[in-house]
Amino acid sequence: MIVATIAFYLFAAVTIAAAFMVISARNPVHSVLFLILAFFSSAWLFVLMGAEFVAMILVIVYVGAVAVLFLFVVMMLDIDFKNLRSEMLNYLPLGGVIGIILLLELGLVASTWVFAPDAASLAAAPAPAADSGVTNAEALGRVIYTQYVYYFQAAGMILLIAMVGAIVLTLRKREGVKRQVIADQVARTPQTGVEVKKVEPGQGI
Amino acid sequence: MAEIFWEYGLPGLIMAGQSLLLMVPLLVLIAFILYADRKVWAAVQLRRGPNVVGPFGLLQSFADLAKFIFKEVVVPAGANKGVFLLAPFVSVVLALSSWAVIPMSDGVVIADINVGILYLFALSSLSVYGIIMAGWASNSKYPFLGALRSAAQMVSYEVSIGFVIVCVLMTAGTLNLSEIVRAQDGNWGLFNWYWLWHLPMFVIFFISALAETNRPPFDLPEAESELVAGYAVEYSSTPYMMMFMAEYVAILTMCALMTILFLGGWLPPVDVAPFNWIPPFFWFWIKTLFIFFLIAMVKAFVPRYRYDQLMRLGWKVFLPISLFWVVLTAGVLVGFDLLPA
Repeated sequence: MIVATIAFYLFAAVTIAAAFMVISARNPVHSVLFLILAFFSSAWLFVLMGAEFVAMILVIVYVGAVAVLFLFVVMMLDIDFKNLRSEMLNYLPLGGVIGIILLLELGLVASTWVFAPDAASLAAAPAPAADSGVTNAEALGRVIYTQYVYYFQAAGMILLIAMVGAIVLTLRKREGVKRQVIADQVARTPQTGVEVKKVEPGQGI
Repeated sequence: MAEIFWEYGLPGLIMAGQSLLLMVPLLVLIAFILYADRKVWAAVQLRRGPNVVGPFGLLQSFADLAKFIFKEVVVPAGANKGVFLLAPFVSVVLALSSWAVIPMSDGVVIADINVGILYLFALSSLSVYGIIMAGWASNSKYPFLGALRSAAQMVSYEVSIGFVIVCVLMTAGTLNLSEIVRAQDGNWGLFNWYWLWHLPMFVIFFISALAETNRPPFDLPEAESELVAGYAVEYSSTPYMMMFMAEYVAILTMCALMTILFLGGWLPPVDVAPFNWIPPFFWFWIKTLFIFFLIAMVKAFVPRYRYDQLMRLGWKVFLPISLFWVVLTAGVLVGFDLLPA
């Protein structure tokens, strides 16, 4: 257990330090890189809990796809961040008020939290024991596709709508653009593609 | 103290020994893989390839290694120094750590984890960071363009690779790489392997693997005719060597992954006399190196794609086909009651 405890404190410390560096780093690209480090080390925390499937999905989805797009956008931005930072003091009171309200709300929710009777037993054994022969993926599949199937479907629908929305917002039909149509190219035959002209000497076409 | 040593120290030492036993032969193999790649390429073009250092030029890669190490590391003036030097490390660590989960024979694997295939997929999707960081930190136009291209390219092709993997997972019913190989064992020998049942997916995976590892004909991130050397322009000496090595380790990982997913891993093609005398370990490597040979041949045969054609292939051809195949596989498995227990 000693090694697991040391590993937990190590990864937790790295996660918190990286999360702090995200908001304090001067260079926005460094911020995103620290965000990636925070995602990555929190994935290790999941591994320590025995939730290996969730850990890998976290790395694949957040680090492998979402953060790449963040990095992509931030690298393309050309903003004078020094200027932006000097205006921070103007926004500090408003931001502070919003932060305090959020903290109060979280406190209210947490203080009135009621646990379902069978949740306590679940919390005691968050992941199926290693010797039970049930893998993480199986255990998740058993509840997601049975008990929580409507929530699962609803999440899928929301993602689909978000995707359609993003495509509709960015899709522009421009007139007069030459596009490559692969099917047309493949369908070309010598009869339609080549024309043989008899050229008289010294005349040109 | 002694108790702690027996409980934690000794297993740690054993793990370190196993890792060393994997790393050193793997890196030596990479040296010869590089040589083989150049030789195949040369043979197709009727050249002789590397033939000076050692017998038949076999030691060429080691000569290159010595040259890379003894040269000066040049960091460009405007570069973001920390990220610039971190990028090759990220690339090489991510590429090498994939090999921890690859089973080379029944039980010959350092970490036989339950989510092995997801681990490999996660690492291959992380490998894009080495390239993006290199391209951005170089503070130069060509590397940056190369990095942007590779980010878009790798994210696009990961989608179809993911769907191909899902097809195999559904058929095998497990995420463990050793179990996937065992699921392909049967009375029909090589016709039991998934290359036959998932033939279109095998082709798609092969082509996507080329794109994912930035191999020709999809080496747009380092297209020398337009971007000089893409993300690697500003790199020199050891950091360059590390980027280069990471690339080849990633290619070999993809070959091993194809062997495991589609070619039955360590299983012999026919379970009769001369074939099952060869140890399973060698079957794994014969298959992996055969796929590497195919990849090397592709490099010699096929001209480079144009960038918009590359994107079209990924999103408009591979994605719909692989998505359809996922639905088809699921339908057949459920409809004919073939689901693995």
